Amino acid sequence: MRKCYLDHVATNPLLPEVFEAMLPYFKEEFGNPNSVYDLGIKAREAIEKARAEVASLINVKPSSIIFTSSGSEANNFALKGIALAKQGQGKHLIVSRVEHHSVLNTARSLEKMGFVVTWLPVDKYGLVDPETVKKSIIKETILISITHASREIGSIEPIKEIAKIAKDKKVLLHADGVATTGNIPVNIKELGVDLYSISAHQFYGPKGVGALYVKEGLRIVPLIYGGIQEGGRRAGTENVPAIVGMGKAAELARANLNDRMNHCMKLRDRIIEGITKIPNVYLTGHPQERLPHHASFVVEFIEGEAMLLLLSMKGLYAASGSACSSKALKSSPVLLSMGIPTALAQGSIVFSVGIGNTHEDVDYLLTEFPQVINRLREMSPFSGGWGKGSEGDKCYTGG
Amino acid sequence: MKFVHDIKADVTADIVYMMCPMHLLKLDEMIKEIEVGQVLEILTDYDGALEDIPGWCAKTGNEFIGIEESEDYYKFYIKKTVA
Repeated sequence: MRKCYLDHVATNPLLPEVFEAMLPYFKEEFGNPNSVYDLGIKAREAIEKARAEVASLINVKPSSIIFTSSGSEANNFALKGIALAKQGQGKHLIVSRVEHHSVLNTARSLEKMGFVVTWLPVDKYGLVDPETVKKSIIKETILISITHASREIGSIEPIKEIAKIAKDKKVLLHADGVATTGNIPVNIKELGVDLYSISAHQFYGPKGVGALYVKEGLRIVPLIYGGIQEGGRRAGTENVPAIVGMGKAAELARANLNDRMNHCMKLRDRIIEGITKIPNVYLTGHPQERLPHHASFVVEFIEGEAMLLLLSMKGLYAASGSACSSKALKSSPVLLSMGIPTALAQGSIVFSVGIGNTHEDVDYLLTEFPQVINRLREMSPFSGGWGKGSEGDKCYTGG
Repeated sequence: MKFVHDIKADVTADIVYMMCPMHLLKLDEMIKEIEVGQVLEILTDYDGALEDIPGWCAKTGNEFIGIEESEDYYKFYIKKTVA
């Protein structure tokens, strides 16, 4: 049976070059980077080389990169670290409703600690309006956190415009760049953000390693206390092989970014064109301002988990909603925040392509997916419509 | 402890919220970068620095000018007196 991995927002396969670069640091180069003898020095040099590569990928100074265990840790660190460091100036945060759980749930935990969060609404494409950000800023606002692009709907947020407002109002801006880094050009100097989260496995690096960019001179309270790793801001003996892998993946992403984007966009556009021809299937997220490898939809009258199951039986691997909520059997808060009705949001499906996918993979998907939908709709009690107050005539792309 | 006010520093190292022993590592690094006679200001919230920084000055022969308390952190002033 043909196998097509179309879930690159969940994770990416490790590139062979990345694996090769990591290998020595599991075996002969096993030293602790904080040891003063040559084994430790070699590990330290490898980490600093990786830091320079990651910094170069987003155009920042190496010293502003703090390695973490994941993108989620970077998001937790940004929100909690800044909230605690700046609570003397105010306890108000602004967070969008289309954030990953690692931002949403961190902001909720800060609410429990006495901080006040303004939850920003989004339009039908899942985009935040910079004017709404401006209106939400009050004297006590210390931090704005908005994803650079949602993994669930692929829309790329107007971070540059929001950054100008934040700078003007002297409020810090954090952007979750897990879905964007290594997939679209990211230039922090042009974007103007103060903090930016990254995850290695989203650009063909290893799992278990991420990074947080923290603008030079910014105070941030550590999440993990201990030794002086990462400049005294994130304790714990460094995961040297993973950090080396992240550096190699960053180097390759920077060198091959345009080719990767062009390859993925062609496949993505064919998927969007083919799938939106199926009756009662709608594209979610912005039709143009979206990640080059991302195609997301809602399918009426059926449920995302069922589609995933039948697709996986045909060797097609996709996602429903965000990767983390696919087992939660509840409608995605991101889709609901865009005004998609609860019942329709259950039929969410995301196809995300990668550099290993081919046009034959897309052909296979476009042949099999309509059959999956038909089979499930035949079984669905709603296939004749939602009944009273049917939403069947609504298009969520606005197009 | 010597408390001081309005000391003019030539160089400042902000290590607020950074873990121990960053205060000593930064002190060691920064003192090498300034000239004899110049004043280094270290900003830290680490209580251990209250003992460590004067102790480091006594050991190295540099002059510990004093500290100033500021909101939720300390400002330490050290004059480089040893080349």
